[in-house]
Amino acid sequence: MLSALRATEPAKYVIYVGFLAIFALFAVALRDSGFLTTANLLNIIQQTTSVTVMAVATVFVLTVGEIDLSIGSVVAIAALVAAVTMREFPWPLGVLAGLAAGVAIGFVNGALVAYVRLPSFLVTLATMGLLAGVARSLTNLQSVPVEDDVFNALFGSAALLGIPSLVLWSVAAVGIGHFVFRETRFGAHVHATGDNAGAARAGGVKVERIRLACLVVSSTCAALAGLLYAGRLHGARYTLGETDLLTVIAAVIVGGTRLSGGAGSVPGALIGSLLMGMLNNGLILMGLSVSDQMIVRGFIILAAVALTLRDRTR
Amino acid sequence: MPAAAQRPEHSQPPVLALEGIHKTFGGVVALQSFDLEIEAGEVVALVGDNGAGKSTVVKIIAGMLHPTSGRLRLDGADITFADPSESQARGIQVVYQDLALADGQPVYMNMFLGRERVIGPLRRLDRRGMIAETAELVQALDVRIPSVRARVRDLSGGQRQGVAIARATHWARKLVLMDEPTAALGVAETARVEANIRSLKERNLAILLISHSLDQVFRLSDRICVLRRGVQVGVRRTNATSNNEIVSMITGLS
Repeated sequence: MLSALRATEPAKYVIYVGFLAIFALFAVALRDSGFLTTANLLNIIQQTTSVTVMAVATVFVLTVGEIDLSIGSVVAIAALVAAVTMREFPWPLGVLAGLAAGVAIGFVNGALVAYVRLPSFLVTLATMGLLAGVARSLTNLQSVPVEDDVFNALFGSAALLGIPSLVLWSVAAVGIGHFVFRETRFGAHVHATGDNAGAARAGGVKVERIRLACLVVSSTCAALAGLLYAGRLHGARYTLGETDLLTVIAAVIVGGTRLSGGAGSVPGALIGSLLMGMLNNGLILMGLSVSDQMIVRGFIILAAVALTLRDRTR
Repeated sequence: MPAAAQRPEHSQPPVLALEGIHKTFGGVVALQSFDLEIEAGEVVALVGDNGAGKSTVVKIIAGMLHPTSGRLRLDGADITFADPSESQARGIQVVYQDLALADGQPVYMNMFLGRERVIGPLRRLDRRGMIAETAELVQALDVRIPSVRARVRDLSGGQRQGVAIARATHWARKLVLMDEPTAALGVAETARVEANIRSLKERNLAILLISHSLDQVFRLSDRICVLRRGVQVGVRRTNATSNNEIVSMITGLS
């Protein structure tokens, strides 16, 4: 029992320690560049909101034993669909249309994985490419401005009691995600299905439905992430979300979610996501060139993953 | 009701009756014209060589597989199970050969797998309640594990089997199917499992036991059903047959 604790617990907390260590490093090294100002720290959170929302959903997808590579493309599609809809209709319809696109794509992904029994890696690899093409053709590579002030406030620049709405979106996503993951039967069934699908099925868990649900959640959260980009940037473009997939997966894995299923952590994914955002921010403030930033970030992620996974036997 | 007419000594229909069950996988016949009745409080052993179709029978009763043709009756009424949750809802539990436990999850979550208890308006998992009930259960069944919060992965083979049997015992209302429950166990652990099976029988549950150990079959069962390559060779009363007869039925050599 004690040895089991020793084997697993440090790995669980290494992300938090690593996060604090890098935070402290930046705080000292960049004390004259404004890293520690409230404005900059809030900025980091706001820039990572979309990644955080997707990371929360990806915890579910990886824990159930699947993967969703199409989230980056869904971001662009949902943002474009919402922006185009809002040209003609009031903003709530734009939001609904964007989210509906995500739900529909999630159903297609999920049905192919859960019921046709195709591997999610291949299904979502295909839909990732397909949807990237759709996103490009949707508006002929044109970006679509969003001029609805209510939408841009709600999904971008508004604040409640001084807290920016993007921060509130992050808090809501993590809070709801953590509750569902840890405290509900659905969360328990996600764990059991990813751990041993045969055992879950024998126990009466509707395994296919759980897998489908996870992929729908993933795609819907990616659509929400797209809306959050559109609100922050006051417009949509096919490039939105293009580079997010690997950031999201890195954040989730570093945050203690197992790539092979059965275990995960929503708070860990939040810290992973903030770590990615903080690295971006800190390395820019340090004045590194873009290529150097990429190299340094790669090394740090590698070190974090190595530390996180080292103690895990499976 | 023809089943009752054939069995005038019982006023109750059998807990479970299988009638003319066929199962084919593609072109391969796994089971043909299989008939069996199991009464409440009765232990029926299912024996046969590897590949004889024993696990197929268990999976069909549990709702994991669907028979190609044939009928299942529960308490005399025709029934079909779309999936295992339906057989469980009717009081049937299975202890699988490969245990069917989720290794990375704690013991108490395995105990309630698929039937997690929730409380409050938000339907939160009632972890405290599940932990307390699991602790009580494993103590009552003398399953010696370090903690009900331990992950199944960290338990020994015997402890895992204890958890699997405790779970079946807890949820079964009518019938327990046991697929090689002691195959991986030592002598003391096997004795404990056999004691558990006897106590299930005393609670008037019907038990279908698959075992490779004929000694065990003769110790525990009331009747023995022999399968050979998907064909039902015969059913014998345990106290009216011998080890030699059963062995020759299993092997087909006399």
